[in-house]
Formats: sequence, C-alpha cells, structure tokens
Amino acid sequence: MKPSIEPDALPSETVGTEPDRRRFLKAGLAVTGAALTGTDRAEPPPWMTRPGAPLSNYGLPSPHERAVIRWVAANADAPGNGISWTPLERLEGIVTPSGLHFERHHNGVPQIDPAVHRLAVHGLVGKALSFGIDDLLRYPMTSRLCFIECGGNSNAGWHQEPMQAPAGNIHGLASCSEWTGVPLATALAECGLQPDAKWLIAEGADAAAMNVSIPLDKALDDALLALYQNGERLRPENGYPLRLVLPGWEGVTNVKWLHRLQLADQPAMARNETAKYTELLPSGQARQFSFVMEAKSVITRPSAVQALPGPGLHPISGLAWSGRGAIRRVEVSTDGGKTWQDAALDSPVLPKCFTRFRLPWRWDGSPAVLKSRATDETGYVQPERQILVAERGRHGYFHYNAIVSWAVAADGSVSHVYA
Amino acid sequence: MSMRDLTLTLLLAVANTPAQAATEGPRLGQPLEPAAISALDITVFPDGTGLPPGNGTAVEGKAVYDARCAACHGPNGSGGSAEELAGGRHPLTSAEPDKTIGTYWPYASTVFDFIRRSMPLDAPRSLGNDEVYAVTAYLLHANGIIGERDRLDAATLPKIRMPNAAGFVWVYPERQPR
Repeated sequence: MKPSIEPDALPSETVGTEPDRRRFLKAGLAVTGAALTGTDRAEPPPWMTRPGAPLSNYGLPSPHERAVIRWVAANADAPGNGISWTPLERLEGIVTPSGLHFERHHNGVPQIDPAVHRLAVHGLVGKALSFGIDDLLRYPMTSRLCFIECGGNSNAGWHQEPMQAPAGNIHGLASCSEWTGVPLATALAECGLQPDAKWLIAEGADAAAMNVSIPLDKALDDALLALYQNGERLRPENGYPLRLVLPGWEGVTNVKWLHRLQLADQPAMARNETAKYTELLPSGQARQFSFVMEAKSVITRPSAVQALPGPGLHPISGLAWSGRGAIRRVEVSTDGGKTWQDAALDSPVLPKCFTRFRLPWRWDGSPAVLKSRATDETGYVQPERQILVAERGRHGYFHYNAIVSWAVAADGSVSHVYA
Repeated sequence: MSMRDLTLTLLLAVANTPAQAATEGPRLGQPLEPAAISALDITVFPDGTGLPPGNGTAVEGKAVYDARCAACHGPNGSGGSAEELAGGRHPLTSAEPDKTIGTYWPYASTVFDFIRRSMPLDAPRSLGNDEVYAVTAYLLHANGIIGERDRLDAATLPKIRMPNAAGFVWVYPERQPR
C-alpha cells in the first residue's frame, strides 16, 4: 500500500520532470482501460488471455511505477545547477537503481565521448601520464557496494521548523550502488609519487571544471577510478565515462567526469572546499576538510506525508549508513525515544554502505513518534537533534546527521517533528 | 631514487592499505609532455602558483561584471538569484550570518580560480586572463578589500590577506578509530 505523493506535499521549489517512460507510454504501450480490482474474479485477467508485450533491448519500470522518480530542484536561471532527490521512501533493499541515484551538478551533465576522454595524472609524480578509457578498461578492477551522500544532505534539519516532505526529499541526497573500477593506487603506483606529495587535486570535465583536494592517504587507501555502476557503465549524470569514488566521504569529493589528477604538497583551496562544503560554527570559525559522513539512519516507512490506513501491523523499515565503517546496531523507538528496541539488520551489512533495518510494529491507533538511532563499528552513536544543534549551531548547512522523528497521528497521518 | 624504488616506497609507506594497492596494471599510461600539462593545468593555489600572465583593476572589472555577471549575481555583487558575493552586513557570529567573499572566503586565489574555471555559467572559460583579474579585483573592491585602482596580477594577488583568512579549522587529518 503506497500512498501517493501529492504535489502540495512537496517543497514549493521542487518540480517533477516527466520521465522518458511516460512518453514511451504515450507512444503506444497499450494499457487496458478496463477497471480492474484486486478482488477474486471468475474470469482470468486479460494478461492471461492474450499474448504479452514483445522482448525489449533495455527494460523499463512498469508504467504503474511512474510516480517513482527523482524530484528535481534547480535554479531557474541555470537549470544545470541543482539537485535531484532519490525517493528513498519508495525504495527497498540497499541498492539504488542507477536511474534514481541522486544528482548534484554545478553546471549540467556533460555528454562525453569516451573515445576522446582521458585521465591526466601530473604534478608531484615520478612521471606524468595520461590514460584513455579503453586503457583503464584493461586494468585489474575491483567492485564494492558503497553509499555516496552529498555533504548538504538533510540540511533542512537545521531549519527552525521541521520540513513536511517525503523522506527522500529531505534525506535523499544519498544513494548506494555497486561501483566497479580500477583502484586509484594502481594508477598512482604506475606514475610514482614524489616524497612531498600530500594532496591529490581532482577535477571533472564538466562545464564547472569542478575540483576538490583529497588527502593522499585516502587516495591510496580505498579510492576507486569507477567505470561501472550496478554492473553497467556509469550513467552520464553519475560521471560517465569515469568518476572518482571515495567510500564514506562526502559526495563532492567523488568527482564525476574525472579527467585530471594533480599531486601537490598543499590543497588547492578550491571554491568547493572553502566558500562551500565548510561548516560555520557559532564561534564564527568554520570546519574545513570534514570529509567523513558520520553515522546516520532514517526510517523510510512509515515516514512523513504518508498515511497509515488503520491500526494493525505496520513493519518499520529504514536505512542506516556510516562513512567510518559498518553499522553495528540500529535502535528504533515508537514512543519518541523513551524506550528503544534493536532493529534487525538485513544481510549484507557492509562498511560504508547502506544497511537495511527492520522492526515489526503493531500500531494501536494512538499517537506515536518513531525514531531510529544508528551506531557504527567505531562506537559512534547518531546524535539527537538538540545535541547536534548545540554543538554546531544552525548555520553549518553541511553534515547534518541527527536522529529523525516521524509522528503518527490518531488519523494515521505521518508528519516530520522535532522530538 | 629509481622509479621502482619510488613505487615500492609508496606501497610500503601506506599502512592499512588493502591488497588492491599492490595490484600490477598493464602500464598503459602515455607520457604527458609539459606543453600538454600546461594546457590542462588551471589550478591556482593560495601562494599564487598557477596564476597566468595578465592584470586588471576594479575600475576595468566593473564593465565586465555588469556585462557578464550582474544578471545572476545582482548589481554590486548582491541581490541576484545566484550567490551573494558582496554586501555582507551580518557577521559570522550573528543569528543570520552573511557568507560573502568579504566575510567568509579565506583566499583571493579562490576567487580568480573559480571565475576562470566555472564562470559565467552560460559560457565558462570565455573570459580572458585580463578580464578574470579585473572581475576578481572588482569583487575584492566591492568587499572593501582593495582599492578601485589597485592592479591585480600574478605578483599582487597572492599578497592579499582576506578578512576571514584565519576563519577555518581543519577537521582532517584526524585519528581514525580502529
């Protein structure tokens, strides 16, 4: 039972984009006009009495799922500068379909010809080298499932009043994929590093030439030159033909359309590591290079702007993740934090990866407040909102990871609350 | 130190590196000539490394700003649909702080670098070096940091001390819990 999202339940600046598959529908995939209900009938349904659709070269979701889309929020003056949200509340498991992976672009999605795209590695190296995409495809690869989360995800949490929107429109600048590619350490070893190389400046081949500085030890640890996502080559909006993946680190460091890596003894102090992606504290000082996305969790079902049809069993389901490693525990409260129960964690539970948690819940029809609290393998516990705000103030904008509270009213409506 | 030694040093120096780092590739990298690197390398560091030849003043930059930037950023760097660049009145410790170039950005080099690589959004990389120096000077002047006739170039730009230069605390590196 999935409640529909009414446009008036979405933030006013959010606009939906018509998915291609809707046009595909209009192009003549016949949908029976007969009013069918789920009740048992004496007659078989029409799809059992006539042949189905022919085979297809690339599958699309059912037309009945056309409401499951990314919601786009962009600057009207610059439509390529904006975000689109993963509809977390409408998905299950831990893998985000590639077409629903969140987006944050600074000046649109470049349409890159892989035959002319190259990765240059230069600066404090033994020898500067350039790699073609076909070259990189010949290198030994590795795969890992990991989340990517925008540093600005969940930033509505800093607002004075809780935003009423679907979970994905508040926390959906986070997605999880299987990324496959060449360990960055392999390419760096081929170039050789000079002793004073401490930072790696990564730059994309988009119209923003987006660049960030990355400490060398992360680059040598688990960074990936990703060519594949969920088994197929990257989607253009996820960095085709090459992106950097830094497991557990904020999204902006996972540079898309990667074309240049410059080894240096200092950070570049680029716009997106100074003016942006830094967190102003009440003292007037700002946190800089706060790369790791700390442990976080959110109940995706039931969640805000949904409605429970009535008392009874409503399984609670949600996601937890940590940039420091594996999720060790997720606790769920149905009484606003007075008491907590351990949720079950679905396998696999992997480091720096979405983890699905579940708890059966029998709603008795009285008002309830649902919360989830994640603990990661380092022992770090997801903080309550008032603790985070007391520590960081309300103007840090980035790295909001507080406990999320959803209130269920007696009429079954679910809303976002600070509790 | 030979290349092999360098590589070995690199691999031995990194504790807790997964075995993947030691993977040997087919070594298909093509040598990058200095001319090719120069064409690609647009990074400008706070110490001025990477700044190109050229120069400009705020007086010269006003014409460029009005023609290429004001439509989104508003007159004098504020009041547009895009980022507030100037006109910050509320300090960073106030209830509603203004984060502009003058109140927040720690390095002048970032202003030059970002304009050159990303701006204007409808035609990035279309400004010449003199125009980028001039617009940078215009914005620094709009924030009260330099005079309207102060000439910015590769020598003078790195000497500018921004008002919020000391405003940042590095979270990284930190002790990773094990």
